[in-house]
Amino acid sequence: MRRTVGVLLALVIAASCGGQGGSGGASPAQVKLTDNKVVIAVINDQSGVYADLSGKNSVEAVKMAVEDFKSKYGDNALGGPIEVITADHQNKPDLAASKAQEFYERSNADIVLDVPTSSAALSIAKVASDQKKLYINIGAASTDLTGASCNKYTFHYAYDTYMLAVGTGTAVTNAGGKKWYIVYPNYAFGQDMEKSFRAQIVSSGGSVIQSDGSPFPNTTGDFSALLLKAGQLKPQVLGAMQAGGDLVNLVKQYNEFKLKDQNIKLAIGLLFDTDITALGQDAFAGVQYTTPWIWSMDQQARDWADKFLARTKIRPTFAHAGNYSAAFQYLEAIRRAGSDDADAVVKELEGYKFGDFFIRNGTIRKEDHWVMHDALLAEVKSKAEAKEAFDYSKVISTIPADKASRPVAEAGCKMP
Amino acid sequence: MDLGYLALQLFNGLANGSFYALVSLGLAVIFGIMRVVNFAHGAFYMLGAFAAYLLLQELQIGFWPAVLVAPLVVGAFGMIVELLLIRRLIRLDPLYNFLLTFGLTLLIQDAMRLRFGLQGQPYPAPAELAGSISIGDAGYPVYRLFVIGFSILVCLAVWYALERTRIGLVVRAATERPDLTRALGIKVERWITPVFGFGVGLAALAGVLAAPMRNVSPLMGSELIIFTFAVVVIGGMGSIAGAVTAGFLVGVLASVAGVANPALENMVAFALMAVVLLVRPAGLFGSVDAG
Repeated sequence: MRRTVGVLLALVIAASCGGQGGSGGASPAQVKLTDNKVVIAVINDQSGVYADLSGKNSVEAVKMAVEDFKSKYGDNALGGPIEVITADHQNKPDLAASKAQEFYERSNADIVLDVPTSSAALSIAKVASDQKKLYINIGAASTDLTGASCNKYTFHYAYDTYMLAVGTGTAVTNAGGKKWYIVYPNYAFGQDMEKSFRAQIVSSGGSVIQSDGSPFPNTTGDFSALLLKAGQLKPQVLGAMQAGGDLVNLVKQYNEFKLKDQNIKLAIGLLFDTDITALGQDAFAGVQYTTPWIWSMDQQARDWADKFLARTKIRPTFAHAGNYSAAFQYLEAIRRAGSDDADAVVKELEGYKFGDFFIRNGTIRKEDHWVMHDALLAEVKSKAEAKEAFDYSKVISTIPADKASRPVAEAGCKMP
Repeated sequence: MDLGYLALQLFNGLANGSFYALVSLGLAVIFGIMRVVNFAHGAFYMLGAFAAYLLLQELQIGFWPAVLVAPLVVGAFGMIVELLLIRRLIRLDPLYNFLLTFGLTLLIQDAMRLRFGLQGQPYPAPAELAGSISIGDAGYPVYRLFVIGFSILVCLAVWYALERTRIGLVVRAATERPDLTRALGIKVERWITPVFGFGVGLAALAGVLAAPMRNVSPLMGSELIIFTFAVVVIGGMGSIAGAVTAGFLVGVLASVAGVANPALENMVAFALMAVVLLVRPAGLFGSVDAG
């Protein structure tokens, strides 16, 4: 009996020492917070066409990042609470801008994350610049964020149209798909994609025999006129730049018209796992596309995806993973800077080299704030090849970070 | 541009027109007998597509039975809506029912969105229609030809039922001169609920037919309904023949315009509507007093 008590006592002492030692070791120099807390605002589409690929589950991912950061460094690692707030921008640029303004000014938000829909992202980049507060874009693809509209407080994290084009455009052209017919949604994103793809196809020795804009939003949901035209033009590759619901309609009808049997290969500009869920994997089987990340790419990615699955019941898209990664790296930067002051954090981020389960071989480029990192060329598996639910794609090759990034000289960014 | 290619585009127009025709036929029948502009018609179309999807997913009931079952189920739901809600507002200004059905649309859409998300659900074409036949030097999906043929048959059947049967006679009489019909001792009210259910069933049927071609998503109806209203206005409010003719006409014109320039495809229905309203305000087949 006495011995048991003795052992217990020893355990308690050991545990309390261990606890002290742990927190003592993890806490760095004092962190000074500007308003006694860190507020992360996630602004994205939570009710429209992009709600599934990012939306509420990205908010969940950011919350996971905050929890994991706390369990790594202790609850009080930054000397104050870390809050996550969120708003639905409904893909409207004006609403996005006014939400960002409100969050920065009234809710003391230190950073805005995500923001799919290029026009909304560009309007928030402007607000961030005016307010001198941070914005890390994950969901939008426009290269203008690190080009004509670049500014000191805006970073572009996961992917852009240049990366998509350099991967898919080059790979498919080199594999023998020389003659392209491009169809794109006729708005900022689609036009940007068309330009980027055309440049990569031509520089790889291919040609674009024609390109057509489809109405956006496409109220009829019908792409058969363009698909019949494709049958007429007989290109080797049909390049589809549509996204979300439009893409699903187009691919459904591509299969219906049996263009594959006429040796017209489908290449897709931007593909999310949620698109594959919508149509069933066999509808996309064999399609090649470029993506910054796939949940099943390796064990490190898979470990995180398992945690995400347990929480949300789905496997993450790269937007979900990108939001977690960006939030986590932001908190790390505050810790290193010893402050959440925007200028101090920007200084800490610029030129930073890092890697995590999402970003591989990452460097935050000082000149234009593009986050350089490896991209993947992937191919959709057939249902028969899939080993489990959501096992949609396999990696064909890795595109090294410097190849996947637009050269600084081409970006045309003049930091104010 | 060769003729075969143009012919294919014409088929496309007819296939799209089939959906417009079926949906606006239902709208016209309902408007005819009740003077209610049913804004929820697009939502019923969407429910038809989802009914087919759910029958396949949950009960392994394929496309062919779904063509019959889904419209019956959704039509029955429509009848309940009529009995519980629409009926109560029918004596008031038509605007009330317009607002009610608009609200219903939002409710149904959001309920489906909560359950299924927005991304859409897969639905395959039936195996026996999955192939394509060659017309000229290009292939054309058999399923689309089936949709065209089937819709024309349904429209003809509806026309026959209205023109050549006793029920049709009563419904037409109640549509054209409700007060006079009542004066002859016919209970017009008795026919309202079944006719509403029938119109809703037609929308659901269009939804089932659309499922293998279109993304089955909660918003598919709201995208179609605006187009359909244009079709009904072009054809003449409440006119059966007008709805069908205008449906196919708009489908074909939109497709042909889309060949010239894809941006025109969405615009042509509304341009046509504006012209028709200027030249024949009651629509192509409408009479002034029916509006």
